[in-house]
Amino acid sequence: MWENIKDFASTFFVTGDPLIYGADVSIVLSMVAIVFVLTKYKKWGWLWREWLTTVDHKRIGIMYLIASLLMLFRGGVDALLMRLQLAFPNVEFLNSDHYNAIFTTHGTIMILFMAMPMMFALFNMVVPLQLGARDVAYPFLNALSFWLFMLGAMLFNISFVIGGSPDAGWLSYPPLSQNEFSPGPGQNFYIWGIQISGIGSLATGINFIVTILKMRAPGMKLYKMPLFSWSVLSSCIMIIFAFPILTVTLALLFLDRFAGAHFFTMDGGGNPMMYLNLIWMWGHPEVYIVVVPAFGIFSEIVATFARKTIFGYKSMVWAMMVIAIASFFTWAHHFFTMGTSASVIAFFAISTMIIGIPTGVKVFNWLFTMYRGRISFQQPMLWTIAFIPCFVIGGATGVMLAVAPADYQYHNSYFLVAHFHQVLIGGVVFGYLAGIYYWWPKLFGFKLDEKLGKWGFWFWNIGFYVCFMPQYALGFMGMTRRYYTYGWDRGWADMNLVSTVGAFMMGIGFIFQVWQIAYSIKHGERDTTGDPWNGRTLEWSIPSPAPFYNFAVVPEVKEADDWWATKQAKANGTYKEQPAKLEPIHMPKNSGIPFIMANFWFLVGFGFTFGWVWMAVIGFIGVFACMWARSFQYDTDYYVPVEEVRRTEASLGRVV
Amino acid sequence: MAQHHDHGHGHDHDHHEEHEQLKVLGFWIFVVTDCVLFGTLFATYAVMMNSFAGGPTGQELFQLPGVIASTFILLTSSFTSGLAVLAMNKGNVKQLIAWLAVTGLLGLSFVVLEVTEFMHLMSEGATMATSGYWSAFYTLVGTHGLHVTLGLFWMTALIMQLKRRGISAVTRRKITNFSLYWHFLDVVWIFLFTVVYLMGVM
Amino acid sequence: MAQHQNHGGHHSHGSMKEYVIGFILSIVLTIIPLVLVMNSILSKTATMIAILVMAVLQFVIQLVFFMHIREGEKPRYNVQTLILGLVIVFTIVAGSLWIMLFNKY
Repeated sequence: MWENIKDFASTFFVTGDPLIYGADVSIVLSMVAIVFVLTKYKKWGWLWREWLTTVDHKRIGIMYLIASLLMLFRGGVDALLMRLQLAFPNVEFLNSDHYNAIFTTHGTIMILFMAMPMMFALFNMVVPLQLGARDVAYPFLNALSFWLFMLGAMLFNISFVIGGSPDAGWLSYPPLSQNEFSPGPGQNFYIWGIQISGIGSLATGINFIVTILKMRAPGMKLYKMPLFSWSVLSSCIMIIFAFPILTVTLALLFLDRFAGAHFFTMDGGGNPMMYLNLIWMWGHPEVYIVVVPAFGIFSEIVATFARKTIFGYKSMVWAMMVIAIASFFTWAHHFFTMGTSASVIAFFAISTMIIGIPTGVKVFNWLFTMYRGRISFQQPMLWTIAFIPCFVIGGATGVMLAVAPADYQYHNSYFLVAHFHQVLIGGVVFGYLAGIYYWWPKLFGFKLDEKLGKWGFWFWNIGFYVCFMPQYALGFMGMTRRYYTYGWDRGWADMNLVSTVGAFMMGIGFIFQVWQIAYSIKHGERDTTGDPWNGRTLEWSIPSPAPFYNFAVVPEVKEADDWWATKQAKANGTYKEQPAKLEPIHMPKNSGIPFIMANFWFLVGFGFTFGWVWMAVIGFIGVFACMWARSFQYDTDYYVPVEEVRRTEASLGRVV
Repeated sequence: MAQHHDHGHGHDHDHHEEHEQLKVLGFWIFVVTDCVLFGTLFATYAVMMNSFAGGPTGQELFQLPGVIASTFILLTSSFTSGLAVLAMNKGNVKQLIAWLAVTGLLGLSFVVLEVTEFMHLMSEGATMATSGYWSAFYTLVGTHGLHVTLGLFWMTALIMQLKRRGISAVTRRKITNFSLYWHFLDVVWIFLFTVVYLMGVM
Repeated sequence: MAQHQNHGGHHSHGSMKEYVIGFILSIVLTIIPLVLVMNSILSKTATMIAILVMAVLQFVIQLVFFMHIREGEKPRYNVQTLILGLVIVFTIVAGSLWIMLFNKY
């Protein structure tokens, strides 16, 4: 009996590495600490009522934000471990298996569990406020999306201490990801973690499309909608068409591993290249899914901080819509070197170059907006300015990679690694950070400290170039990605050391930002006006932090940049105050079902990961029961009485 | 609860209608994403069409009579689910439930036929692990069957709710969505029938 | 109450006649391909094209007669989504075949 338990434990828990034991201890300690604090201050009820069961888009946004920052930390630590290992030749800090696991989790976490939730955080925090809506179209579904993401992310992350991490690369190409080469649960954690959070992403896509199409304030025609909301629409269109492909691809890989199917196997009529074909049909739109909202953020920020209407509004909209569609026609450029016909390669090389055009249009529009503007260099604008050169270089190297014959040289080299980090950090991370700085006061009621933020900004920026410029060179010098070590004779030592220094500078930048948040909670400049940046769009017309119903009176929109127009009119004295008539506000009720259901999904994933079908069956029954229960719920919303609205507004310093 | 009486019934009703329309659009978008899901499975099947790896082929094993029967059963159930919607529009709950029940029985017999077919194929030595072709076959056809099965549970829940609550804005929206889903499954089957079975035996 | 009737009118899309026509056309479009395939009337390629065309026609018929795609409020976001979805589905299927089949020969 004892022997059995020991046996089980030695395979169930990851053992043997002191780093992991350290992590085990810190995980247990922090969990004990959380339970202790919650119990001591009697906060369990509060946690359940205010957060776990909430359907308020702003709170869901905050939870997404916290989760994504934690994931940024984990993914960042992975990156630093890799850079340490590569800092010098022949380092034996990580063994090859451990290194494989780390680059896999770094990639997966950064794209799926960091960029995606940070993007959803911004969707949730901003879109309904910009549209003049009280919530998203389906608040219950929104909560469900969040919890599916969260539990999927947890499932993926526990692989690090239980069962073993996936180690077949961030996209898990077969045959390496098949049972033969990746036995054990690691790969299953990958499949189910992404699968569960992917369902949530798909639902968010549908949710925000309907919100944007149907819930805009009266008078806000589509062409008067703020550009960030347009970018969210573009991103969500890609989500709803790309994520079903991911779902199928992962399901097929799982069937190969679990049921002995032959989709991507080397024998039995399977074809591993089909996996690449399918995963990149999702994967290419996916990179545009995360970057297009960043374009939307930059558009808002540039207009606000240059005090000018955005240049070429319609061309901006069209560029984003063209990107949304065109992104589905470029996927094969990710595997030019696998071998297919010349006509296929020609088509995808050209389509890849074409998609650069709308992006170029946008860059020019931002520049023209800034031209002769009275630019103020506050934090959001700093990140925006840093983004432009960074993204332009990233885009240019992307076009270099799209040249198919040349790609045979660059493919899977550090040139590629530098390219995609440049567009993903320079585009996505800079964009989201800019957005977080910009909308932070709206969510929390205070600004993030400028001085600490500037330290963070410069460390990030200089660190970025120090880290990745040498990697372009390393690519040309023949260093391919995923090497876990290299010899002195290769001549890569200097560049790698420089790159590692840069990575640590970015790490320091992140620490400054954490410090900045902690510092600003107490000392940050309070936002009493609700409009700290002299903004242009509706979200700045309401108090910060926004009350739970957002708008006491739904605004009537007349112009693009309606809030700006209102302020102008007030200044000119041409503004006509409309008598505001308060009405009871229709709001959704909180529900515990999303949280419970996501936990059952976790059981499904965990059960399949270890091949414990009974557990998966219990999970499925639970999921089903939750859906059934929800279907029979008819009492799902309520009205906020006028008195309460008036009281709340008064407490926020507004008289209605 | 007091505020509930504050504003008239008409307002409430209006709000509900608008709200329910919103959910129909969302469901429609979901159905389109499901189209993409099936499209991906079709693509996989098409690529694996000749990957028999020396094992049995579809031509050798398919038994068309059963498949033809399933096709007409599902087609008829798509029609009867439409009749259910007509009954709903007339405000006739009894008829609505009756047509839903007919649709459900047809759906159930479709699932039974499919399970029988799968058992026959497996007994002939064509399983998920036999070859790429059969992996793709079972996944594509099975995913459709799973959708039909889930639809049956959904319908059961709806019938129970109709019995309790009759036709309201909410149940109306639910039935509308359900019939949309059911027609969609029939459409998917048309392509399955054409691509998998008819082309398989050619 | 006037409002109520309005809503009633809004919802009553589809008539018995429409459903019956749709049903009959669907049956016909199922039987024709069956006959074509069982009796090998046309060449293989011609049959393939013919039965695919019938399938698409039947899809259109169900859209029009069963799903009432022509009705509904404007702008027709549902139709736009569907068309875009079909373009993507076509891309997935045709693209996969184009890319993958090169390796088969």
